[in-house]
Amino acid sequence: MGMHVVVCDHKSGMLTSSSLEALSFADDLARKGGKDLVALVPDGLQDKSLHAYNLRSVYTFPAAGDNARVEEYLAAMTALAGKSTPERIIFSYNSLGKALGGQLAIRLNAGLVSNVCGFEWAEGKALYKKSVFSGKAYAWCAIHSEIGLVAILPKAYGVKQGQDPNSPEYIELGPLTIDARMQVVEHRMSSGKTPLTEADVVVSGGRGLKDPANWGLVESLAELLHAGTACSRPVADAGWRPHHEHVGQTGTAIRPKVYIAIGISGAIQHLAGVNNSRTIIVINKDPEAPFFKAADYGVCGDLFEVVPKLIQAIQNGQ
Amino acid sequence: MKLLVCLSKTADTTARIAFDAAGVKFSEEGVQFILNPYDEWYALVRAIELRDALGGQVDVVHVGSSASEMLIRKALAIGADAAFRIDDPEPETRSVAEQIARFAEDRGYDIIFTGKETIDYNSSEMGSMLAALLNLPFVSLCSKLDFADGILRCSTDIEGGTQIVEVRPPAVISAAKGLAEQRIPNMKGIIDAKKKPLEVLPASSISALTEVVRYELPQEKQGVRMIAPDDIHELVNVLKNDLKLI
Repeated sequence: MGMHVVVCDHKSGMLTSSSLEALSFADDLARKGGKDLVALVPDGLQDKSLHAYNLRSVYTFPAAGDNARVEEYLAAMTALAGKSTPERIIFSYNSLGKALGGQLAIRLNAGLVSNVCGFEWAEGKALYKKSVFSGKAYAWCAIHSEIGLVAILPKAYGVKQGQDPNSPEYIELGPLTIDARMQVVEHRMSSGKTPLTEADVVVSGGRGLKDPANWGLVESLAELLHAGTACSRPVADAGWRPHHEHVGQTGTAIRPKVYIAIGISGAIQHLAGVNNSRTIIVINKDPEAPFFKAADYGVCGDLFEVVPKLIQAIQNGQ
Repeated sequence: MKLLVCLSKTADTTARIAFDAAGVKFSEEGVQFILNPYDEWYALVRAIELRDALGGQVDVVHVGSSASEMLIRKALAIGADAAFRIDDPEPETRSVAEQIARFAEDRGYDIIFTGKETIDYNSSEMGSMLAALLNLPFVSLCSKLDFADGILRCSTDIEGGTQIVEVRPPAVISAAKGLAEQRIPNMKGIIDAKKKPLEVLPASSISALTEVVRYELPQEKQGVRMIAPDDIHELVNVLKNDLKLI
């Protein structure tokens, strides 16, 4: 009774970092409540690192193609819930989780708390810490329904080191009836780069770079630091950089370990997308730039002098 | 094409985030409310573009109190044809989805748009719930949408790239940046909006399955440590020793 289910995804057989994070959260939650934990994953997982999270069983389901579709997860989770009543279903609130969460909540008549970054135990029940107002506040939420969905905000809880591996039983679900009204016809992935939302270090450029020809400064520094690159809204709107690199209120929200902002003033809309970065470094020539107030380290100087010198210093191994 | 755009009201980005003394209620004092940008800039404008290209109508629906009517009029001024307000002073995500589902189920919409999230609670739950309630396909995080030969072709944002999906209407679509460009209402639009219908419908009571027990503000930053622009050595030191990046 009271089984917890963690829903995982994988890329080419390896668990995604957001799945490892969901496993970390689910293991902690299940242990605290003294509940059994099982995982639900699409076929083709080769990664055994999930064995380090105290799973009783691993349920697998058939998936057509490399990336299982939302409809397949939905059918699999509904089938699993029909076999045994899960008390909590935990998954990453990545793009898959965002499509899945609300639909699952309706199908299973389950309360959903999204963007969860932690939990606490109060009077024998879990309260879930939900990030709201673009990270400017937290809401502690209770779930009152029999089944509850806990959707984990990526890069907020962190991946914990697993325990000694165990040997969960693998159980195949299926065959499943899949809703085929929507078809995925193509994937277009940016070549080789770590997705911005998963990057630990991000170097970002703003209008202070003056011209798209100067973008190389951002890229060279990013390359040296093995970082992803991002930009502010004016840079994306001017077409210097693709829209998916725009971080901020209406772009992507990111939470890297280190965010380096070059020539970005730090308007409140931009801060909304990056203020949960663990460490923020700001390079800007305007001492009044609001970004300095949100920064951990600041360099007030001309980026066209500071950044090339920095790149050279790193290259020289100083 | 018959289109519906779900509109949400949200605290302005620049609003000071504060709660009452007990930490259980968002303090609305001095807060300006706006139409949720994802609903207004992307969902609504793309719906208007589709109507203008293909014919049909754009309805907007909002679940909230009469205080939102100015915001609803703005959507009419931008170009929606008719508005509906479901009169619920304290809407909660699931109840919003249920009420809009009941409203929409017999009205034969080809596409129902929502924004991908509101900029205050950031939940991204409503559209997905609405699709399940209406048993419609759900296109999540849609940043491009074309309609040809009876098929909607949508680009959707996924980690590290884009996924292209195809679906026949009817469908529910959550709008992300890129789907359209923000439009500012012009004077004619504002005048016309006053004559467009805004119908108020009674709310039904739906019990919530989750509850916010209290709010909390994050710890403040310790303050910035400034490094002189000519002290590159110190900056390298920070990257190397404090942050272990190199």
